[in-house]
Amino acid sequence: MAAISRDEVAHLARLSRLAVTEDELDMFAGQLDVILQSVARIGDVAAADIPPTSHSVPLTNVLREDVVVPGISREDALAMAPDSAEDRFRVPRILEEEA
Amino acid sequence: MSDLTRMTAAQLGAAIAGGETSAVEVTRAHLDRIAAVDERVNAFLHVDAEGALAAAERVDADRAAGRAQGPLAGVPIAVKDVLTTRGVPTTAGSKILEGWQPPYDATIVTRMREAGLVILGKTNMDEFAMGSSTEYSAYGPTHNPWDLGRIPGGSGGGSAAAIAAYEAPLAIGTDTGGSIRQPGAVTGTVGAKPTYGGTSRYGLIAFSSSLDTPGPCARTVEDAALLHAVIAGHDPRDSTSIPAAVPDVVAAARRGATGDLSGVRLGVVKEFSGEGAEPGVSAAVREGIEALVKLGAEVVEVSCPHFEFALPAYYLIAPSECSSNLARFDGVRYGLRAGDDGNRSLEEVMSLTRDQGFGPEVKRRIMIGTYALSSGYYDAYYGQAQKVRTLISRDFAAAFEKVDVLVSPTTPFVAFEFGSRTSDPYQMYLADLYTIPSNLYGGPAISVPVGLSDGLPVGFQIMAPTLADDRMYRVAAALESAAGVLTPPSL
Repeated sequence: MAAISRDEVAHLARLSRLAVTEDELDMFAGQLDVILQSVARIGDVAAADIPPTSHSVPLTNVLREDVVVPGISREDALAMAPDSAEDRFRVPRILEEEA
Repeated sequence: MSDLTRMTAAQLGAAIAGGETSAVEVTRAHLDRIAAVDERVNAFLHVDAEGALAAAERVDADRAAGRAQGPLAGVPIAVKDVLTTRGVPTTAGSKILEGWQPPYDATIVTRMREAGLVILGKTNMDEFAMGSSTEYSAYGPTHNPWDLGRIPGGSGGGSAAAIAAYEAPLAIGTDTGGSIRQPGAVTGTVGAKPTYGGTSRYGLIAFSSSLDTPGPCARTVEDAALLHAVIAGHDPRDSTSIPAAVPDVVAAARRGATGDLSGVRLGVVKEFSGEGAEPGVSAAVREGIEALVKLGAEVVEVSCPHFEFALPAYYLIAPSECSSNLARFDGVRYGLRAGDDGNRSLEEVMSLTRDQGFGPEVKRRIMIGTYALSSGYYDAYYGQAQKVRTLISRDFAAAFEKVDVLVSPTTPFVAFEFGSRTSDPYQMYLADLYTIPSNLYGGPAISVPVGLSDGLPVGFQIMAPTLADDRMYRVAAALESAAGVLTPPSL
């Protein structure tokens, strides 16, 4: 039985903000199924009382000295933007236009 | 002087310091070599001849002025294209960053510049460091100098090939699941993954933040250790950087090179000695172990029962982190923006940008990660993988109570032919079988050439406890003293 259906892959692509084509969906559906079936066997390895490890370095609440250092200038930050206007990043419309 | 491109970094540094040659001469020799062979190797995505010569001139001027310099001043280096270099194109092997010039240097790039290292350019890699062959680079694969029809390993195939082809004596790689070590193994070069947190991630374009580790690539263990010493150490700009002293890896490498391993206990992982590796790889690694025994080391078999689950755990953890990290490529602040015709919404433009900008392996991993992190599947996939990570770390801890280092092949197979593993993504993942456990645990690991199988290099992996990078270099240098340095056929 498949671990993941073509429709589920389409949903994942949408969540991932990937406008995949129909051809890509056909390819990915099969490949993701193989990958997920291969990794699913970890499901029974660890008992419930095993704590998770998110990170190998046991450091928490890491702060650095509160010292003012030069940052990246507005000019430098905008230099590589796909589009900018009035010293800001310009983006496509976010809200529907009002009637 | 003999051919400058054949010298080690240590030799070049000494020759420059002694006035036998200059940083400019050394840099020119390597730029000439790149011009002569890189059309066939494709190790470099960008060569910064002007910047390199300017840096070399500064080293020569400093020396003339009598200013103190480190042992690698004037030595050229190639940098994997996943580290930011101010004003120099940085793509991470992806179309989504084509033409991007970062506004800042990565911390380790800053440290290399301060040490007088001369950055020749940026090296090819699998897109966003996801792959084991460079076939997932958006800019065409790198070719293995041992056989141009075969892969140079990945993701850092460009860095390893640049060294093997004598285009640079040193390079920087990054290792998330083996991306320094596996290319080192298949190109017959040395590649070291330092302790996680031992080298700064600031300015490293993130793939899997809890695993990504920059480290050195070189033709000799001593050269790798010299570079390690330059780039390692605490960085306040990386919250996972370890605030501890860096062990003296250079002294450890020199001690190992004397060929005395009396009292050193080598652990052979029982679970790694069965099927999995090609017979020629297993045979070469066995000979490497025998050579170390002749130098005084003792062999102990250890059991690490959860290592067999490292690969599946990794292929859930790394894609999960990648799906989050790569959300920043949205076509807003930098990089590609596609389909912005004035009519489409931000979300439509974002989705078109990401579909056009990312290659298939990156898309697969983003979707796997999105799946593993989604509610309903989180506990079964990502949560379980994190628990397995705990079990693997416990396996290491138990093993290191009995032995000083663990040894294994670096990768199950020698350099394979282009196209032989791209149709089934999981076949490509198997290249990381032996390298991944150290990434999940965090300890250092190195690949050293141990011999040939069917005329192609085999890598020998040495894994050490967290922060015992010096121990790893000692054993690696001892192996090198017995196995010798490999010389690829002339290009």
